[in-house]
Parts: sequence; C-alpha cells; structure tokens
Amino acid sequence: MSEMAGASKSATGSGAFTRFRQSDIFVSFRSSPLAMTAAVIVLAMFIGAAFATVIAPYNPFDPAQVFLSDASLPPRWQDGGDPRFFLGTDDQGRDMFSAILYGLQVSLLVGGLGVALAALIGITLGLIAGYVGGRTDALIMRIADVQLTFPAILIALLIDGVVHATFKGATREASAIPVLVVSIGLSFWVQYARTIRSSTFVEKGKDYVSAARLVGLPAPVIMWRHVLPNVLGPVLIILTINLGLAVITEATLSFLGVGLPPTEPSLGTLIAIGNQYLFSGEWWIVAFPGATLAILVLSVNLLGDWLRDALNPKLR
Amino acid sequence: MLAFIIRRILQSAGVLLAVTLIAFLMFRFVGDPINQMVGIDTPQAEIAQIRESLGLNDPVIVQFGRFVWNAMHFQFGISYQFRQPVTQLLAQRMPATLELAFTAAGFALVVGVLMGVYSALRRDSILARVFEAVSLVGVSLPTFLIGILLIYLFAVILGWLPSNGRGEVVRIGSWWTTGFLTSSGLRSLVLPAITLGLFQMTLIMRLVRSEMLEVLRTDYIKFARARGLTARAINFGHALKNTLIPVITIAGLQLGSIIAFAIITETVFNWPGMGILFLKAVQNVDIPIMAAYLVMIGLIFVVINLVVDLLYGLVDPRLRLTMRR
Repeated sequence: MSEMAGASKSATGSGAFTRFRQSDIFVSFRSSPLAMTAAVIVLAMFIGAAFATVIAPYNPFDPAQVFLSDASLPPRWQDGGDPRFFLGTDDQGRDMFSAILYGLQVSLLVGGLGVALAALIGITLGLIAGYVGGRTDALIMRIADVQLTFPAILIALLIDGVVHATFKGATREASAIPVLVVSIGLSFWVQYARTIRSSTFVEKGKDYVSAARLVGLPAPVIMWRHVLPNVLGPVLIILTINLGLAVITEATLSFLGVGLPPTEPSLGTLIAIGNQYLFSGEWWIVAFPGATLAILVLSVNLLGDWLRDALNPKLR
Repeated sequence: MLAFIIRRILQSAGVLLAVTLIAFLMFRFVGDPINQMVGIDTPQAEIAQIRESLGLNDPVIVQFGRFVWNAMHFQFGISYQFRQPVTQLLAQRMPATLELAFTAAGFALVVGVLMGVYSALRRDSILARVFEAVSLVGVSLPTFLIGILLIYLFAVILGWLPSNGRGEVVRIGSWWTTGFLTSSGLRSLVLPAITLGLFQMTLIMRLVRSEMLEVLRTDYIKFARARGLTARAINFGHALKNTLIPVITIAGLQLGSIIAFAIITETVFNWPGMGILFLKAVQNVDIPIMAAYLVMIGLIFVVINLVVDLLYGLVDPRLRLTMRR
C-alpha cells in the first residue's frame, strides 16, 4: 500500500495526498498495527529481492566466489560459525543469506508474473462473459466450473508435465520460469473471471454503458475503458491473497522437483536441498529459506485479510 | 427434485467426459505412444504394424471412443517406466493413499469442529486467540514445510515417531493393504495425517467459528435462552446442529483436494501411495499413468461433488424449493 501512497503523491500533487491520508482506507491502515507490520515486511522482502545483487554479500551462483571448504558452516552465533556467513552456508559452501535473497527474487518474480497472467486471463474472460453473455458466457463459465473442481496445484502439475513432455527435456532449465508462470496463470484465473463477470453483469445495465453504446463505441472499448475501471475493486483483494498462493505453488512445485532446477534456485528449491540435510543436523540449510517463505506468505495473507475487511463496509 | 437429480447427473457426466477428453488428448498427442514402446533399431515396417495393431491409424473420434470404453473398464495401457499395467500399479498404491486421506480428513473434521466451537463460544479467551493464530499459520504455511517441521520436531529431535514410509502393513483380501492393524503402521500414520489435514482443519475451524457466531445471534437461539434451556442444550443441540450443514459440505468437497494434496505429503514422508506414482510419472513423462490418474481424480471429484450437492438438497428443504423451479 505504501507504494500506492507514493505513486499517487508524485502523480497528482499534495491535494491528492491529503485526500489519501484522510481516506477511510488509510485511516484503517494506520489503526491496524498488524497490517502495518505486514506491509513493512512485504516491502522489505520486495526491496531485498529486487536489489539482491547489490545487497547480498556474495553471488552464490558464481563459482569463483563459492568454495567447498566453506561447506555446511553453521550460523555465525553457533559454535563453529564463521563471521563471514551470518546465516551459515549450505552443502556447497554458498552463503545462505545471499542464496535466500536470490531465491526470494526468483520466487517473487514467478509468483508475481503468474498472478499477473492469471488476472489478465481472468479479467479478459470475465469481462467478455459478463458483457457478451449468452453462449459465450455459458461456455466460459462451464470451463471455469470444471477447473474449479480441481485444486490449482494439480492443474499446475499437469500443465508442467504436459509442457515438458511436448518440448522434451533438453529445454527444461531454460524454460522453467515461463512454464511455471503459465502453470500458475492457468490455475488461478477462475476466481478473477467469476468476480469480474458478476459485477460486469450489474454494470452492463447502467446508463453510462447505454450512453457509450448510443455514441457508437465498439464493445471492446466500452469493456476496457468504461466497464473495467468500475469492476476492478475486488480484484485487488484477490490479487493480494493470490500472490501468497502463487508463491506457495511455485515453492511446492520446485520442492517436488518439477519447478525450478537447482541451478536457478527459488525458495522452494533451497528448501528441497536443505531437506536432505535435516537428519544430519544441518538445520539451518532448510530453516532459513523455510522461515523466509513462511513469513512472506503470512505477511501477504495478513495484508489481504486486512484489505478485505477495509474494503468491505459491511464488516465495519 | 427428480429433474434436478437428472440434470445434475448429466452435468457430472459432461464434466467427466471433458476430463477424459483432456486425458485422451494428452495420451494421444503428447509424445508419440509408439516411441516409448520400441527401440531405436526397430524396423519401420514393424513400427507401422504396431501402429496399426494399436489402432493409431483409425479416425481420432474412434480412438477417443475406444479410450473412453477402456477407461470405463479401468484399462489405461502399460506404464512406460514400469512396463506394467497402469491399473495394477494404481491399485497397489491406492490403499496407502486412501488410508492417509481418510485419516487426515477425520482428524481435520474432529479437531477443526472442536476448535471452531470453542473459539466461537469463548471468543475472548486466550485459547481462542491461540487457535486463531494457529489457523492463520496453518493457512500460510505450505504443506511441505509443515511436513518438514513436524519431521524435524518429532522424528529428528524427539525421535518419537517415524518419518518415512508406512511401517508394517497387513494384507486384507486380494489387494488391499492396511497399516491400521500394526503399531508401527499406526505410528507411521500420525505425522503424514497431521501434515495433510492441518490446512483443512484450519479451514473447518474458521468456518465453524463464523457459522456458530452467526447462528448464536439468531432469534431462535435467543428464544431458547429465554425459555431457560441450559447453555449446553442451546450450544450443542441447536447452534452446532445448524452449523454442521455447510461444514459437512465443505468437508466433503475438501476430501477430493486432500487426495490431490496427498501428492505433496507422500513426497515429504516417502509414503508409498498414488501421489508419488503420479509425481514420478510427471517427472518421467509417463503419459499412461498421468492420463489414468487424471481420469481417476476427475471421477473422485465429480462423484463427491454430486453426492454433496444431492445430500445438500435432502438436508436443506429451502434448497429443494429452488430446485423445483
């Protein structure tokens, strides 16, 4: 939310900023310490991920900076810890803190792009279904119904399997990120489509749509320029909650070994690697990426919960 | 009512047909089924002969018909990896997955309802807040992370429970194996079942809590209080009973996701079920297993949805009215 605050300030001057500061949503934000904490954590993680190359003390994927002699060092505060590696090192001598920052970058990239794709597909199909109606509507919603009966993770697994079967194993590493984004996008679009469709249905009957039609605007223009801004509200909540789900989905797929390869680790891959060392006592290899993932998703969910309550006047 | 049932069954059949079509398209067009069966040095004439004998030269619609027919008889061909009939492979692993799934579902339902009722009745108690925090964490932690955490706590540090496999199993009948009858089987079940059930448990707890709070505000509860009924009779006889309809619906619908989510839990705990088989199939492009699993899961989901919908109509008279229209 604080990015939005900054954006609206710079875009339209201080008048808009004052208005924003007095708006219900900002007041509710300021009065909820949980939401503020969550926002700070999410923001910090986004910044850490975006500037991973600058912040991280090492590049964990540059062979020249990684030495096997540093392998499996515990965190700094434990016996045998090395002051150079705050959170210890993994089995190959990579700095855990740096690896987590790089992993966070990949996780947030895949999750963010996946959610964006899902929203794009869902909003487009929802608008078309709601605005055009009739057979088109029935077809789109039937597909949505069928898909909704299956959990997203299963659909993502299937898409991943089919894509890799079609394009064979050689391209697996290079295509990992796009495949994951497509899998997540195709697994999460239904919720957007349903929400947008039902509110488009309502908007369609309003005067401004009739007016736009009378003026002779083509249907796509009416849909995108006039109806869309009026139905976009609830999408923001779904986007927030889905980001957490998408990050979990990516991590799960990578953990299961069908997501990102170990050469391009996300949080899920790091956890999968660390899981192998659980029994030999090297708990930090799995604990820190795991905690990062958990805190990230928890914060995003808290923000989503708060946003839902804040935007829903019925609950106040 | 009858019209509703028929329409609902037809819809389910349609969904199932769509799922089967996807499975067929995958089976037929993703990776050539022939390539997987023959060696590099097999002569062209022989390949053509196999192609003909498998009916791969027939019109696609005929092939789809044959696929559906075979699927109805639970025949999905031979696994590329194991060189065994897919049906046999799935049947071997089905008991493990089903026992895990039903234990997890039972755990989620019992504990979830108890926690939900408690936190609705004692809204401001410390324990209710703890439950709420637990539910938030349960929703946010990915399944595999919960599994790893439990293994670390109870298997590595405390050494109380096994973290790997099913333990000793007993064979019942011709193909069913059960871990319920041995102590090592039961002990092995604890951690995976909790891991798998935790998410559903938090879901049920949140649902019971909000439904209970809603029902406790209604007039008939106030009337029951005015009549001087005991708190226990009101809370459990009247309030809980009326919250259970949506709870059972959700729990029923979630059973399907539990079976699907078992893929993750089985991987973490090396549980020899269908989920691991499917995951290996995805990794190794073993299309017959993927297709069979898809059709089977589709069947389970559709049947559960259908049963829940029909039960809902039976239980809630208001819905029957809307159905008649």
